[in-house]
Amino acid sequence: MKPRQQRMLAVGLAALGIAIAAGLTLRAFQDNMMFFVEVSDVVAGEYPKERNFRIGGLVVGGSMQRDEGSMDINFEVTDTACTIPVQYSGVLPDLFREGQGVVAHGRMGEDNVFQADKILAKHDEDYMAPEVADSLSKHQQDIQEAVVKGAAECRPNDS
Amino acid sequence: MWKWFHQLASPPHFYRISAILAPWLAVPGVILIAYAAWQGLFVVPMDYQQGDAFRIIYVHVPSAYLSMMAYMIMATSGAIGLIWRIKLSHAVAAAAAPIGAGFTFLALCTGSIWGKPMWGTWWEWGDPRMMSELILLFLYFGYMALRSAIDDTTKADKASAVLALVGIVNVVIVHFSVEWWSSLHQGQTVFKKGTMDADMRIPLLIMLLGFTLLFGAMLLRRIRTEVLFRERRTRWVREMILSPEGGA
Repeated sequence: MKPRQQRMLAVGLAALGIAIAAGLTLRAFQDNMMFFVEVSDVVAGEYPKERNFRIGGLVVGGSMQRDEGSMDINFEVTDTACTIPVQYSGVLPDLFREGQGVVAHGRMGEDNVFQADKILAKHDEDYMAPEVADSLSKHQQDIQEAVVKGAAECRPNDS
Repeated sequence: MWKWFHQLASPPHFYRISAILAPWLAVPGVILIAYAAWQGLFVVPMDYQQGDAFRIIYVHVPSAYLSMMAYMIMATSGAIGLIWRIKLSHAVAAAAAPIGAGFTFLALCTGSIWGKPMWGTWWEWGDPRMMSELILLFLYFGYMALRSAIDDTTKADKASAVLALVGIVNVVIVHFSVEWWSSLHQGQTVFKKGTMDADMRIPLLIMLLGFTLLFGAMLLRRIRTEVLFRERRTRWVREMILSPEGGA
Protein backbone atom coordinates (compact mmCIF):
# COMPACT_ATOMS: atom_id res chain seq x y z
CA MET A 1 0.00 0.00 0.00
CA LYS A 2 1.32 3.39 -0.95
CA PRO A 3 1.62 6.02 1.80
CA ARG A 4 -1.06 8.09 0.08
CA GLN A 5 -3.50 5.19 0.16
CA GLN A 6 -2.67 4.60 3.81
CA ARG A 7 -3.51 8.21 4.59
CA MET A 8 -6.73 7.90 2.61
CA LEU A 9 -7.68 4.82 4.61
CA ALA A 10 -6.80 6.51 7.90
CA VAL A 11 -8.94 9.56 7.11
CA GLY A 12 -11.77 7.35 5.86
CA LEU A 13 -11.77 5.10 8.92
CA ALA A 14 -11.55 8.07 11.28
CA ALA A 15 -14.52 9.72 9.55
CA LEU A 16 -16.51 6.48 9.78
CA GLY A 17 -15.69 6.11 13.47
CA ILE A 18 -16.71 9.69 14.22
CA ALA A 19 -19.95 9.26 12.27
CA ILE A 20 -20.86 6.10 14.21
CA ALA A 21 -19.95 7.69 17.56
CA ALA A 22 -21.98 10.80 16.75
CA GLY A 23 -24.93 8.70 15.58
CA LEU A 24 -24.97 6.64 18.79
CA THR A 25 -24.60 9.72 20.99
CA LEU A 26 -27.47 11.53 19.29
CA ARG A 27 -29.62 8.41 19.53
CA ALA A 28 -28.93 8.18 23.26
CA PHE A 29 -29.84 11.83 23.79
CA GLN A 30 -32.81 11.76 21.42
CA ASP A 31 -35.28 12.96 24.07
CA ASN A 32 -33.03 15.79 25.23
CA MET A 33 -32.62 17.10 21.69
CA MET A 34 -36.35 17.71 21.38
CA PHE A 35 -37.30 21.35 21.74
CA PHE A 36 -40.85 20.49 22.79
CA VAL A 37 -42.98 17.49 23.78
CA GLU A 38 -45.84 16.44 21.49
CA VAL A 39 -49.33 16.91 22.92
CA SER A 40 -50.12 13.18 22.56
CA ASP A 41 -47.06 12.28 24.64
CA VAL A 42 -48.12 14.70 27.37
CA VAL A 43 -51.62 13.22 27.46
CA ALA A 44 -50.06 9.74 27.64
CA GLY A 45 -48.15 10.96 30.70
CA GLU A 46 -44.74 10.95 29.02
CA TYR A 47 -43.36 14.28 30.17
CA PRO A 48 -40.94 15.49 32.84
CA LYS A 49 -43.09 15.87 35.95
CA GLU A 50 -40.63 17.55 38.27
CA ARG A 51 -39.48 20.35 36.00
CA ASN A 52 -40.70 22.80 33.39
CA PHE A 53 -40.90 21.69 29.77
CA ARG A 54 -42.32 22.87 26.46
CA ILE A 55 -45.33 21.61 24.58
CA GLY A 56 -45.85 22.25 20.89
CA GLY A 57 -48.90 22.04 18.64
CA LEU A 58 -51.62 24.03 16.94
CA VAL A 59 -53.96 26.46 18.68
CA VAL A 60 -57.47 24.98 18.50
CA GLY A 61 -59.85 27.18 16.49
CA GLY A 62 -62.35 29.04 18.66
CA SER A 63 -60.67 27.97 21.90
CA MET A 64 -59.13 31.31 22.81
CA GLN A 65 -60.67 33.11 25.78
CA ARG A 66 -59.40 36.37 27.21
CA ASP A 67 -60.35 37.64 30.63
CA GLU A 68 -61.63 41.20 30.49
CA GLY A 69 -59.32 43.69 32.13
CA SER A 70 -56.45 41.27 32.69
CA MET A 71 -53.66 39.60 30.74
CA ASP A 72 -55.05 36.10 31.37
CA ILE A 73 -55.59 33.96 28.31
CA ASN A 74 -56.96 30.45 28.04
CA PHE A 75 -56.70 28.35 24.91
CA GLU A 76 -56.20 24.77 23.79
CA VAL A 77 -53.28 23.21 21.96
CA THR A 78 -53.67 20.13 19.78
CA ASP A 79 -51.46 17.91 17.63
CA THR A 80 -54.69 16.98 15.76
CA ALA A 81 -54.94 13.77 17.80
CA CYS A 82 -54.97 15.02 21.39
CA THR A 83 -55.66 18.36 23.09
CA ILE A 84 -54.37 20.12 26.19
CA PRO A 85 -55.89 23.24 27.76
CA VAL A 86 -53.32 26.00 28.40
CA GLN A 87 -53.46 28.93 30.78
CA TYR A 88 -51.19 31.92 30.27
CA SER A 89 -50.80 35.45 31.49
CA GLY A 90 -48.75 37.89 29.45
CA VAL A 91 -48.03 39.25 26.01
CA LEU A 92 -48.53 37.01 22.99
CA PRO A 93 -46.26 37.09 19.91
CA ASP A 94 -47.63 38.64 16.70
CA LEU A 95 -47.88 35.33 14.90
CA PHE A 96 -50.04 33.77 17.64
CA ARG A 97 -53.32 32.85 15.97
CA GLU A 98 -55.97 30.17 16.18
CA GLY A 99 -55.00 27.31 13.86
CA GLN A 100 -51.33 28.33 14.02
CA GLY A 101 -48.36 26.53 15.52
CA VAL A 102 -47.40 27.44 19.07
CA VAL A 103 -44.80 26.41 21.65
CA ALA A 104 -45.66 26.89 25.32
CA HIS A 105 -43.14 26.69 28.17
CA GLY A 106 -44.35 25.81 31.65
CA ARG A 107 -45.58 22.85 33.63
CA MET A 108 -48.61 20.62 33.94
CA GLY A 109 -50.95 21.76 36.72
CA GLU A 110 -52.83 19.51 39.17
CA ASP A 111 -56.04 20.20 37.26
CA ASN A 112 -54.51 18.94 33.98
CA VAL A 113 -54.27 22.49 32.66
CA PHE A 114 -50.85 23.44 31.31
CA GLN A 115 -49.63 26.54 33.16
CA ALA A 116 -47.52 28.44 30.63
CA ASP A 117 -45.03 31.12 31.62
CA LYS A 118 -43.85 31.75 28.06
CA ILE A 119 -45.58 31.48 24.70
CA LEU A 120 -43.73 31.33 21.38
CA ALA A 121 -45.31 31.28 17.95
CA LYS A 122 -44.03 28.61 15.60
CA HIS A 123 -43.99 29.46 11.94
CA ASP A 124 -44.43 26.77 9.29
CA GLU A 125 -42.40 26.41 6.09
CA ASP A 126 -45.09 27.96 3.86
CA TYR A 127 -44.61 31.40 2.36
CA MET A 128 -47.24 33.00 0.15
CA ALA A 129 -48.86 36.26 -0.82
CA PRO A 130 -52.13 37.23 0.94
CA GLU A 131 -54.19 36.75 -2.27
CA VAL A 132 -52.76 33.29 -2.77
CA ALA A 133 -53.50 32.39 0.83
CA ASP A 134 -57.18 33.35 0.34
CA SER A 135 -57.51 31.12 -2.70
CA LEU A 136 -56.07 28.28 -0.69
CA SER A 137 -58.90 28.44 1.82
CA LYS A 138 -59.76 24.79 1.14
CA HIS A 139 -56.37 23.83 2.49
CA GLN A 140 -56.92 26.15 5.44
CA GLN A 141 -60.31 24.56 6.11
CA ASP A 142 -58.73 21.10 6.18
CA ILE A 143 -56.30 22.28 8.82
CA GLN A 144 -59.09 23.93 10.80
CA GLU A 145 -61.18 20.77 10.65
CA ALA A 146 -58.29 18.68 11.87
CA VAL A 147 -57.67 21.21 14.62
CA VAL A 148 -61.29 21.21 15.78
CA LYS A 149 -61.56 17.43 15.46
CA GLY A 150 -58.51 17.04 17.63
CA ALA A 151 -60.27 19.04 20.28
CA ALA A 152 -63.03 16.45 20.57
CA GLU A 153 -60.89 13.38 21.03
CA CYS A 154 -58.30 12.70 23.71
CA ARG A 155 -57.57 14.98 26.64
CA PRO A 156 -55.33 14.76 29.71
CA ASN A 157 -58.16 13.85 32.13
CA ASP A 158 -59.17 10.88 29.96
CA SER A 159 -56.05 8.95 30.70
CA MET B 1 -7.74 17.90 -17.94
CA TRP B 2 -5.58 16.36 -15.20
CA LYS B 3 -2.63 18.40 -16.32
CA TRP B 4 -4.72 21.52 -15.93
CA PHE B 5 -5.66 20.50 -12.40
CA HIS B 6 -2.06 19.82 -11.46
CA GLN B 7 -1.03 23.18 -12.85
CA LEU B 8 -3.77 24.89 -10.86
CA ALA B 9 -2.44 23.31 -7.68
CA SER B 10 0.91 25.02 -8.21
CA PRO B 11 0.90 28.28 -6.21
CA PRO B 12 2.34 30.65 -8.86
CA HIS B 13 -0.03 29.34 -11.49
CA PHE B 14 -3.00 29.61 -9.17
CA TYR B 15 -1.94 33.13 -8.23
CA ARG B 16 -2.06 34.20 -11.89
CA ILE B 17 -5.32 32.39 -12.76
CA SER B 18 -7.20 33.58 -9.67
CA ALA B 19 -6.43 37.22 -10.46
CA ILE B 20 -8.23 36.79 -13.78
CA LEU B 21 -11.07 34.70 -12.33
CA ALA B 22 -12.02 36.75 -9.25
CA PRO B 23 -13.70 39.70 -11.04
CA TRP B 24 -15.68 37.27 -13.20
CA LEU B 25 -17.27 35.99 -10.01
CA ALA B 26 -17.49 39.26 -8.07
CA VAL B 27 -19.17 41.43 -10.73
CA PRO B 28 -22.02 39.02 -11.65
CA GLY B 29 -22.38 38.20 -7.95
CA VAL B 30 -22.91 41.85 -6.99
CA ILE B 31 -25.30 42.41 -9.91
CA LEU B 32 -27.41 39.36 -8.98
CA ILE B 33 -27.49 40.36 -5.31
CA ALA B 34 -28.52 43.92 -6.19
CA TYR B 35 -31.28 42.67 -8.50
CA ALA B 36 -32.59 40.12 -6.01
CA ALA B 37 -32.45 42.63 -3.16
CA TRP B 38 -34.52 45.11 -5.17
CA GLN B 39 -36.99 42.34 -6.06
CA GLY B 40 -37.10 41.04 -2.50
CA LEU B 41 -37.56 44.45 -0.87
CA PHE B 42 -39.88 46.21 -3.31
CA VAL B 43 -41.42 43.87 -5.89
CA VAL B 44 -42.19 40.60 -4.12
CA PRO B 45 -45.58 40.58 -2.33
CA MET B 46 -45.60 40.38 1.44
CA ASP B 47 -46.26 37.11 3.23
CA TYR B 48 -49.84 36.31 4.28
CA GLN B 49 -48.77 35.62 7.87
CA GLN B 50 -45.54 37.50 8.49
CA GLY B 51 -46.18 40.63 6.44
CA ASP B 52 -43.00 42.44 5.46
CA ALA B 53 -40.88 40.74 8.12
CA PHE B 54 -40.43 37.68 5.92
CA ARG B 55 -38.19 39.69 3.55
CA ILE B 56 -35.22 39.01 5.81
CA ILE B 57 -35.26 35.51 4.29
CA TYR B 58 -33.36 36.97 1.31
CA VAL B 59 -30.33 37.50 3.54
CA HIS B 60 -30.89 34.82 6.17
CA VAL B 61 -31.19 31.76 3.93
CA PRO B 62 -28.17 32.53 1.69
CA SER B 63 -26.05 33.32 4.78
CA ALA B 64 -27.08 30.10 6.51
CA TYR B 65 -26.44 28.07 3.37
CA LEU B 66 -22.97 29.62 2.95
CA SER B 67 -22.16 29.08 6.63
CA MET B 68 -22.43 25.35 5.95
CA MET B 69 -21.01 25.48 2.42
CA ALA B 70 -17.86 27.30 3.57
CA TYR B 71 -17.39 24.72 6.29
CA MET B 72 -17.67 21.84 3.84
CA ILE B 73 -15.13 23.51 1.54
CA MET B 74 -12.83 24.05 4.52
CA ALA B 75 -13.12 20.43 5.69
CA THR B 76 -12.90 18.89 2.22
CA SER B 77 -9.82 20.85 1.25
CA GLY B 78 -8.33 19.98 4.62
CA ALA B 79 -8.88 16.29 3.86
CA ILE B 80 -7.41 16.65 0.38
CA GLY B 81 -4.40 18.37 1.93
CA LEU B 82 -4.01 15.55 4.44
CA ILE B 83 -4.24 12.75 1.88
CA TRP B 84 -2.58 14.19 -1.22
CA ARG B 85 -0.30 16.69 0.56
CA ILE B 86 -1.30 19.50 -1.76
CA LYS B 87 -0.09 22.77 -0.25
CA LEU B 88 -2.69 24.88 -2.01
CA SER B 89 -5.60 22.96 -0.52
CA HIS B 90 -4.50 23.83 3.03
CA ALA B 91 -4.36 27.46 1.94
CA VAL B 92 -7.95 27.11 0.67
CA ALA B 93 -9.05 25.71 4.05
CA ALA B 94 -7.32 28.50 5.96
CA ALA B 95 -8.87 31.13 3.70
CA ALA B 96 -12.41 29.74 3.95
CA ALA B 97 -12.64 29.82 7.77
CA PRO B 98 -13.09 33.56 8.46
CA ILE B 99 -15.57 33.96 5.59
CA GLY B 100 -17.59 31.01 6.88
CA ALA B 101 -17.53 32.46 10.39
CA GLY B 102 -18.81 35.76 8.98
CA PHE B 103 -21.75 34.16 7.22
CA THR B 104 -22.56 32.07 10.30
CA PHE B 105 -22.65 35.25 12.38
CA LEU B 106 -24.88 36.90 9.78
CA ALA B 107 -27.24 33.90 9.75
CA LEU B 108 -27.49 33.96 13.56
CA CYS B 109 -28.10 37.73 13.67
CA THR B 110 -30.73 37.83 10.92
CA GLY B 111 -32.45 34.80 12.43
CA SER B 112 -32.53 36.49 15.81
CA ILE B 113 -33.88 39.76 14.39
CA TRP B 114 -36.65 37.82 12.65
CA GLY B 115 -37.28 35.62 15.67
CA LYS B 116 -38.15 38.48 18.01
CA PRO B 117 -41.27 39.70 16.17
CA MET B 118 -42.30 36.29 14.77
CA TRP B 119 -41.58 33.72 17.46
CA GLY B 120 -41.56 36.21 20.31
CA THR B 121 -37.97 35.54 21.31
CA TRP B 122 -34.49 36.63 20.23
CA TRP B 123 -32.95 33.33 21.19
CA GLU B 124 -34.05 30.01 22.65
CA TRP B 125 -31.46 27.87 24.40
CA GLY B 126 -32.12 24.23 23.69
CA ASP B 127 -33.51 24.63 20.20
CA PRO B 128 -31.55 22.13 18.07
CA ARG B 129 -31.28 24.38 14.98
CA MET B 130 -30.15 27.45 16.90
CA MET B 131 -27.75 25.53 19.12
CA SER B 132 -26.08 23.65 16.26
CA GLU B 133 -25.65 26.86 14.25
CA LEU B 134 -24.08 28.53 17.30
CA ILE B 135 -21.75 25.53 17.71
CA LEU B 136 -20.84 25.97 14.05
CA LEU B 137 -19.70 29.52 14.84
CA PHE B 138 -17.63 28.24 17.78
CA LEU B 139 -16.12 25.54 15.53
CA TYR B 140 -14.95 28.25 13.15
CA PHE B 141 -13.48 30.20 16.07
CA GLY B 142 -11.79 27.07 17.40
CA TYR B 143 -10.43 26.27 13.97
CA MET B 144 -8.93 29.74 13.54
CA ALA B 145 -7.57 29.76 17.10
CA LEU B 146 -5.94 26.36 16.59
CA ARG B 147 -4.31 27.56 13.38
CA SER B 148 -2.87 30.66 14.93
CA ALA B 149 -1.75 28.80 18.05
CA ILE B 150 0.67 26.56 16.12
CA ASP B 151 3.66 28.36 14.62
CA ASP B 152 4.74 25.59 12.28
CA THR B 153 2.47 25.94 9.23
CA THR B 154 2.65 22.24 8.27
CA LYS B 155 1.64 21.15 11.75
CA ALA B 156 -1.07 23.80 11.94
CA ASP B 157 -2.46 22.60 8.60
CA LYS B 158 -2.66 18.98 9.76
CA ALA B 159 -4.13 19.66 13.19
CA SER B 160 -6.74 22.07 11.89
CA ALA B 161 -7.70 19.71 9.05
CA VAL B 162 -8.45 16.99 11.60
CA LEU B 163 -10.54 19.43 13.66
CA ALA B 164 -12.46 20.51 10.54
CA LEU B 165 -13.16 16.88 9.61
CA VAL B 166 -14.52 16.05 13.06
CA GLY B 167 -16.74 19.14 12.91
CA ILE B 168 -18.52 17.90 9.78
CA VAL B 169 -20.79 16.00 12.18
CA ASN B 170 -22.15 19.34 13.35
CA VAL B 171 -22.88 20.53 9.80
CA VAL B 172 -24.96 17.40 9.25
CA ILE B 173 -26.78 18.16 12.51
CA VAL B 174 -27.44 21.78 11.48
CA HIS B 175 -28.98 20.57 8.24
CA PHE B 176 -31.17 17.79 9.63
CA SER B 177 -31.94 19.32 13.06
CA VAL B 178 -35.40 20.49 11.97
CA GLU B 179 -36.28 17.03 10.63
CA TRP B 180 -34.86 14.78 13.33
CA TRP B 181 -36.16 16.68 16.34
CA SER B 182 -38.91 19.06 17.24
CA SER B 183 -37.70 22.61 16.82
CA LEU B 184 -38.97 26.14 17.00
CA HIS B 185 -37.33 26.73 13.63
CA GLN B 186 -39.50 25.84 10.64
CA GLY B 187 -38.57 23.03 8.28
CA GLN B 188 -37.08 23.10 4.81
CA THR B 189 -38.61 25.56 2.35
CA VAL B 190 -36.26 26.47 -0.46
CA PHE B 191 -35.98 23.21 -2.36
CA LYS B 192 -39.34 21.77 -1.33
CA LYS B 193 -42.29 21.94 -3.73
CA GLY B 194 -45.41 23.88 -2.90
CA THR B 195 -44.00 25.74 0.09
CA MET B 196 -43.34 29.09 -1.51
CA ASP B 197 -44.88 31.10 -4.33
CA ALA B 198 -42.73 31.26 -7.45
CA ASP B 199 -42.53 35.08 -7.36
CA MET B 200 -41.07 34.82 -3.84
CA ARG B 201 -38.88 31.82 -4.55
CA ILE B 202 -37.16 32.99 -7.76
CA PRO B 203 -35.55 36.11 -6.19
CA LEU B 204 -34.39 33.85 -3.36
CA LEU B 205 -32.75 31.46 -5.81
CA ILE B 206 -31.11 34.42 -7.59
CA MET B 207 -29.91 35.67 -4.21
CA LEU B 208 -28.45 32.24 -3.42
CA LEU B 209 -26.56 32.26 -6.71
CA GLY B 210 -25.36 35.84 -6.17
CA PHE B 211 -24.15 35.08 -2.64
CA THR B 212 -22.35 31.97 -3.91
CA LEU B 213 -20.53 33.92 -6.63
CA LEU B 214 -19.57 36.69 -4.22
CA PHE B 215 -18.38 34.06 -1.75
CA GLY B 216 -16.28 32.50 -4.52
CA ALA B 217 -14.67 35.87 -5.26
CA MET B 218 -13.99 36.55 -1.57
CA LEU B 219 -12.53 33.08 -1.17
CA LEU B 220 -10.22 33.55 -4.17
CA ARG B 221 -8.99 36.91 -2.82
CA ARG B 222 -8.27 35.37 0.55
CA ILE B 223 -6.52 32.31 -0.92
CA ARG B 224 -4.29 34.65 -2.93
CA THR B 225 -3.23 36.49 0.21
CA GLU B 226 -2.72 33.19 2.01
CA VAL B 227 -0.62 31.77 -0.85
CA LEU B 228 1.48 34.91 -1.02
CA PHE B 229 2.19 34.75 2.71
CA ARG B 230 2.97 31.04 2.69
CA GLU B 231 5.28 31.36 -0.32
CA ARG B 232 6.91 34.58 0.86
CA ARG B 233 10.38 33.02 0.90
CA THR B 234 10.16 31.44 -2.57
CA ARG B 235 11.79 32.68 -5.70
CA TRP B 236 8.62 33.24 -7.74
CA VAL B 237 7.23 35.65 -5.18
CA ARG B 238 10.50 37.56 -5.00
CA GLU B 239 10.75 37.73 -8.77
CA MET B 240 7.17 38.87 -9.08
CA ILE B 241 7.57 41.61 -6.46
CA LEU B 242 10.82 42.83 -8.01
CA SER B 243 9.49 42.73 -11.57
CA PRO B 244 8.66 46.08 -13.21
CA GLU B 245 4.91 45.46 -12.80
CA GLY B 246 5.39 45.01 -9.06
CA GLY B 247 3.32 41.83 -8.93
CA ALA B 248 -0.16 42.96 -9.80
